[in-house]
Amino acid sequence: MFSNFDYDVIWRSLPYLFQQGMVFTLTLTAIATVFGLILGTLIAMMRLSSSAVLSGFAVSYVNLMRSLPLVLVIFLFYFLMPYVGQWIIRSDQPVQVGAYASTIVTFTLFEAAYFSEIMRAGIQSVPRGQVMAGYAIGLNYREVMRRVVLPQAFRNMLPVIFTQTIVLFQDTSLVYVLSITDFLGAASKVAQRDGRLTEMYLFAALVYFLICFTASFFVKRLQKRISIIR
Amino acid sequence: MPMITIEKVSKWYNPQFQVLKNCTTTVEKGEVVVVCGPSGSGKSTLIKTVNALEPVQEGTITVDGLNVTTMKKDLPKLRSRVGMVFQHFELFPHLKIVENLCLGQTIVLGRSEDAAKTKAMKMLERVGLTAHAQKYPGQLSGGQQQRVAIARALVMDPICMLFDEPTSALDPEMINEVLDVMVELAKEGMTMMVVTHEMGFAKKVANRVIFMDAGEIVEDAQKEDFFGHPRSDRAQHFLSKILAH
Amino acid sequence: MNYNWNWGIFWDQTPDATGTYFGSLMSGLQVTILLALCAWFIAFVMGSLIGIMRTLPARWAVFVGNAYIEMFRNIPLLVQLFIWFFVVPELLPGDLGIWIKQLRNGPFIAAMLGLGFYMSSRVAAQITAGINALPKGQRMAGTAIGLTTWQTYRYILLPLAYRIIFPPLTSEFLNTIKNTAPALTIGVLELTARARSMQEFSFQVFEAFSAAAAIYLVLSAVVTIGMRIIEKRLAIPGFNGGK
Repeated sequence: MFSNFDYDVIWRSLPYLFQQGMVFTLTLTAIATVFGLILGTLIAMMRLSSSAVLSGFAVSYVNLMRSLPLVLVIFLFYFLMPYVGQWIIRSDQPVQVGAYASTIVTFTLFEAAYFSEIMRAGIQSVPRGQVMAGYAIGLNYREVMRRVVLPQAFRNMLPVIFTQTIVLFQDTSLVYVLSITDFLGAASKVAQRDGRLTEMYLFAALVYFLICFTASFFVKRLQKRISIIR
Repeated sequence: MPMITIEKVSKWYNPQFQVLKNCTTTVEKGEVVVVCGPSGSGKSTLIKTVNALEPVQEGTITVDGLNVTTMKKDLPKLRSRVGMVFQHFELFPHLKIVENLCLGQTIVLGRSEDAAKTKAMKMLERVGLTAHAQKYPGQLSGGQQQRVAIARALVMDPICMLFDEPTSALDPEMINEVLDVMVELAKEGMTMMVVTHEMGFAKKVANRVIFMDAGEIVEDAQKEDFFGHPRSDRAQHFLSKILAH
Repeated sequence: MNYNWNWGIFWDQTPDATGTYFGSLMSGLQVTILLALCAWFIAFVMGSLIGIMRTLPARWAVFVGNAYIEMFRNIPLLVQLFIWFFVVPELLPGDLGIWIKQLRNGPFIAAMLGLGFYMSSRVAAQITAGINALPKGQRMAGTAIGLTTWQTYRYILLPLAYRIIFPPLTSEFLNTIKNTAPALTIGVLELTARARSMQEFSFQVFEAFSAAAAIYLVLSAVVTIGMRIIEKRLAIPGFNGGK
């Protein structure tokens, strides 16, 4: 069945696949992880705050994002963002945002909902006694959070954060729906152009598999190390 | 012919850690044998080898003349004839008390629902828990659960009973209700092998006492001899600690 | 924002004149639900088999189970959909491949298989976790009254494990519903695809996608509430799950 398998098409398109496709995939993953995590931590703190307004907003935001398919959110933001941009800068007509910028914003906002749930679990995993000990030595809320709670929460949740990042890495392939040249997009374009769908999609699957498998292997090791330290 | 024979049994969890070292003993029909020893001595493992819940690497174990160490296909049938009571009761939490008692009867022994139920209610009456038949295990106290567990073993009409620390997970005030059931069983002539720290029980009904330490059977004596003048230092030391309070 | 709102758009005819936009969204919803249910059936059956395999004493069973999970978990869903839709028919022997390619429901079947197997790896992981969370003595107690391995699973371990993992299984089912959306890339006309084409033809971006979003929200709320009711009915008095 692999007798007319054309390895050459893979070989020829390697630079395009990796220098364009994979670079965007990784960039999107990195940006959405870093900013999603920061935003997610803020949302988690809002959710756990005593203010009903803040926690209500956080709950609604997280539940809304988690109930919608990512594909729908990608479309929604892509078509909506020009109008939002127009409203923000008080322009006369919709602002040109573009697919790339739009997906970066989309993934950050979308993943923030998931990261916030992780960080909430992390914050709650830090014993109450730690918070009280922080207040007892005279720290204020901000300092207790920053110096005592968040570092521990972050460390406890590190394996889960990485696992979510692997999921996010896989999810970035969905930008395909906006015809963006991420890794899968690049593979798909070559596949269509050269009529080599079998080769390109199997190769894409193999690359994703190797990256995710290796990454989750290291996450498992990290998890073991952390559970020993605790 | 003895009911249970354990002959030169050795077991390793891994090449470095041997839990049972060349253990040999027998339990005659109608005999009550108490197995005691410090924690980690291998006594729980030994009793679980009798119905092959724990496999062994060396030696032979027979129950009612059947070799359980080499048995494969007929193991379930044999196990159904050996009653077992666990430290943590291990009632099935998703089944009502009466269903816990019927499961083995219908599935393993092939009894009809009605026959199983009748038998179950009879045994519940015997352990004084008829009123709880329709409840779930989680709704009963520890002592009550353990009595149900004994009844679950008895409905199978076992030829002998194994008890693995049946009272050590119980609150002190519940220990006696369980021991009373066991004493009664012993008096009726049930063959019993009991891992326990309850020396009062041993003195009352045991025929023999086996003392284990570090995977070895250190002492295997008639009750009177064991409590009267234990031969080994280790048994003396153990007894002095356990009888101190 | 000088956006031209038109909430009446749902009652306009679609360009292909087969009905209203509202009707189009509803038919998309139907496909979404049907696809989710079919995929969930595969995910549940395969996930249970693989999940159980990973708790058996036999080493090879654990290895096969682990390999299965790693394979389906480490490749993005979209890539798996493409492989089921574009690649698998090519790799099948000649006539069979051609027959599959000409199937009218080809996209739906590919999506069902792709999504089903993708989700099965996650279901399997949950099943294994559920069985392993049970006290070790439960397995022993089943064995001790003479049950065979199969009977111990059937009557003791599985009824308990499925109850313990009911909440995570519910969220995996919700994930299955959400994950039907990528199927639009291989031509399944589910809800998001319908919203997308409504936006394309009517230019009412906001109405189209927010209607779809609202439908997804209602759908997940209905499933969540339904599952809670089932969960309550399955609850065992005095049993709080796990250890």
